[in-house]
Amino acid sequence: MTKIAHHIPDEMLAAYAAGRLPATFEMIVAAHVSMCDACRAALETHEMLGGTLMETAAPAAPLEGDLLERTLAQLDAPVEPDGAARTPPARMGIYPGPVAEALHHGPPRWRAAGGGVRQQILAEDGKSSVRLLYIPGGQAVPDHGHGGTELTMVLQGAFHDETGHFGPGDVEVADESLEHTPIADAGAACICLAATDARLRFRSLLPRLAQPFLRI
Amino acid sequence: MLAVRDNRDRAAFARLFAHFAPRVKGMLMRSGMGAAAAEDVVQDVMLAVWHKAHQFDPARAQVSGWVYRIARNRQVDLARKAGRPLPEEVETETPPEADPGAILGLAQEAGELRAALARLTPDQREVISRAYLGDLTHGEIREETGLPLGTIKSRIRLGLERLRHELKDLRRE
Repeated sequence: MTKIAHHIPDEMLAAYAAGRLPATFEMIVAAHVSMCDACRAALETHEMLGGTLMETAAPAAPLEGDLLERTLAQLDAPVEPDGAARTPPARMGIYPGPVAEALHHGPPRWRAAGGGVRQQILAEDGKSSVRLLYIPGGQAVPDHGHGGTELTMVLQGAFHDETGHFGPGDVEVADESLEHTPIADAGAACICLAATDARLRFRSLLPRLAQPFLRI
Repeated sequence: MLAVRDNRDRAAFARLFAHFAPRVKGMLMRSGMGAAAAEDVVQDVMLAVWHKAHQFDPARAQVSGWVYRIARNRQVDLARKAGRPLPEEVETETPPEADPGAILGLAQEAGELRAALARLTPDQREVISRAYLGDLTHGEIREETGLPLGTIKSRIRLGLERLRHELKDLRRE
């Protein structure tokens, strides 16, 4: 695998550790950390800081009643598969574990999104969404700006735009100030995981009209 | 913790419970959970500590950070319909092979982290505590404290910068 050059911003890792990142961005963080040892180490550093604060700064709340006894009584009970001790999902081909889980461990069901681009929406909640994008080799995604923040992580192939070149594992962070035209490298299709926290603001009229239908 | 991991020692688990359960409960209540709901989560978390003990690696984590992660994952899981997206786990031997040098090094760095936190001003410590212990966004911090957002952000940065200076060797790549 090529070396990952574009990482998750540190404040997003801190927000993930502390549980205050929007759900769609959590998917990107979890997918990137699955592939990136540097960001995993940084995330675990934030967890260490959180744990130290929990030990020293949070007011400890006295327990009511017999919680210890009730917990001890359950030590031998079977582990719930969806419970706090659940095992994180494993990688499936090019798809990191958290993406494989969102796909229910099956192949994507691609839908045409115009211009040869295909997509599958994995999760959507009002102003935010996370989706898989399939961009044929050499193909451009229409020039667009962003109403909020968009994170794009490459899973297969590569793309480049005005800001740089992105290969497997790389994450591009785009905000309101970036208007860019991502172009997939020639050759194999580029498959990306893209998360937004606001509807994209497309620059040209036709894609903007198509926006409600494509839900980009 | 290692007695729990290696010997399945229930008395040692009870001691871990006595130490962490009230602290996890305190953190959950600080981020807005009621006492009864928080105790349910505390029970889930401590049971997970028992069941996942074989994965605990003292060369990679302090017990407090490991418990913090399990608690946050559980709390977010319960808040999401589809559960929280979690990173894949690193494949390690179970239990992880003991590496005394790395374990000692991490323990020393954790001590430095505690010392660094103790040296922060009360304001800085409070802002960092909110960021890691509450589940408040920056906007919500502003509402609660009346401090302007810019001040909060720069305080977080100042605090983290100071921590980062103390901890630069902790980021093992």
